[in-house]
Amino acid sequence: MNLPITLTINGVRREIVLDDPRVTLLDLLRERLDLTGTKKGCDRGQCGACTILVDGRRINSCLALAVSHDGAEITTIEGVTQGDELHPVQAAFIAHDGFQCGFCTPGQIMSAIGLIEEGQAGDDPERVRECMSGNLCRCGAYQGITEAVLEAQINMNAANMTAANRRRSA
Amino acid sequence: MMNFDYVRPASVADAIAAASEKGAAYLASGTNLLDLMKGGVSRPSRLVDVTRLPGLDRIERLADGSLRIGALVRNADLAHDAEFVRNYPAVAEALLSGASAQLRNAATVGGNLLQRTRCAYFYDIGSACNKRWPGAGCDALDGENRLHAVLGWSEGCIATHPSDFCVPLVALDAVVEIEGKDGRRELPLEALHRLPGDAPAHETELERGELIVALRLPAAAQNFAAHARYIKVRERTSYAFAVVSAAAALRIEDGAIREARLALGGVAAKPWRSREAEQLLAGAAPDAARYREAARAALAGAKPSGDNAFKIELAQRIVVRALSLAAQGTPARVAALPASPFSSLPGA
Repeated sequence: MNLPITLTINGVRREIVLDDPRVTLLDLLRERLDLTGTKKGCDRGQCGACTILVDGRRINSCLALAVSHDGAEITTIEGVTQGDELHPVQAAFIAHDGFQCGFCTPGQIMSAIGLIEEGQAGDDPERVRECMSGNLCRCGAYQGITEAVLEAQINMNAANMTAANRRRSA
Repeated sequence: MMNFDYVRPASVADAIAAASEKGAAYLASGTNLLDLMKGGVSRPSRLVDVTRLPGLDRIERLADGSLRIGALVRNADLAHDAEFVRNYPAVAEALLSGASAQLRNAATVGGNLLQRTRCAYFYDIGSACNKRWPGAGCDALDGENRLHAVLGWSEGCIATHPSDFCVPLVALDAVVEIEGKDGRRELPLEALHRLPGDAPAHETELERGELIVALRLPAAAQNFAAHARYIKVRERTSYAFAVVSAAAALRIEDGAIREARLALGGVAAKPWRSREAEQLLAGAAPDAARYREAARAALAGAKPSGDNAFKIELAQRIVVRALSLAAQGTPARVAALPASPFSSLPGA
């Protein structure tokens, strides 16, 4: 059974023909589109390593059938930089040692970007930890991850305000 | 994963027709179903994708004051809807205490109601399970069963229903709207899930092809907004299923409880409402002695199904805690650690 779908991945529109309805977004990205930044940890929705943004919302790509997401806009870790410049969340993870082995890091970063967009945690570290609980880190870098999310959020809000001020004064 | 046919119908009627065939299953976000399919626990021969069906993703206030929530509303969208949180705070707290942010962004209201048990023997296809294979027996009976049911179980099945969301919903008299080939019908949520008896594989009252299209909370459910909590004990503070949980909702006037609602999670194959406890609380002063009496009444019929006698005591303590916290008043904002008995939030 051939199933044609269209996805916009990191801003690029792609026409894809699936030869099997069982393909998850995770396997499509990694095995067929060579976007291996998104990691397969448990493949059962328990670890968060496969977190991506679908239409702006963070989800587990291992529990999402590609065919069911026909038309979706997808952002993966490969699509978050602005040219050569790191995304503020990436920069904050480096500044705060928010990783050790790095395997969970793409999922952590995509989850943090989703969380900051959701705006639910504010500057409360307890809420940040709770809202990031879907991303496991077996190296135990949680302290650095929490600090990175809090700092990235401050930097992103400041950048948004600067941009807004610039627009107002222009 | 076994292969399947994939269909994406354009209307509810087409969906029902496509799902009425033997072996067909509905697919919403798939956060539970795909997991079960990967493990070989569920083996549908056809998936009927309902995610594009029109009109099922709305939250609307009806003329009679009830709230209608479309079956495709995502858990996160409902839990963060400001009006919903204000009017049904225990339901929002229950939603936010379940799964992870990623799963809540995907999971739908209808799917949550129909999620399957997390019994490890149901998940392990090498184990005997009467749900997966009627007549096979139940390996949980002599297995690791400290998290299994203490109410309403049978020798055929001791699994629990895992939903947090359903617990305050049954307390608040939620109604399920169902479409089938013979038209629309309604069922109290409390009547949707079945106790195992001698047919544990028959989990809900839905007939083949029937589709949950909406959930409705009656107007009276808002009367408890000032005193409503969901409290859940789990083996870690976030992203874990309930060991036991309780939803408590009180209508307090002139220093007395006028009306009480109480339901438990993690104790039975369905969200467990206790009208006995509610009756003991109605008209009483909000005090700990009465809460303990209500908790005893709620668990009066409980018996261990294995290594889980502790749950009977724990459930009573959680009932007392949920009632005490509800009486103190609903916090202005859902606690940082939703439903946690260990939350550091003042008043929580």
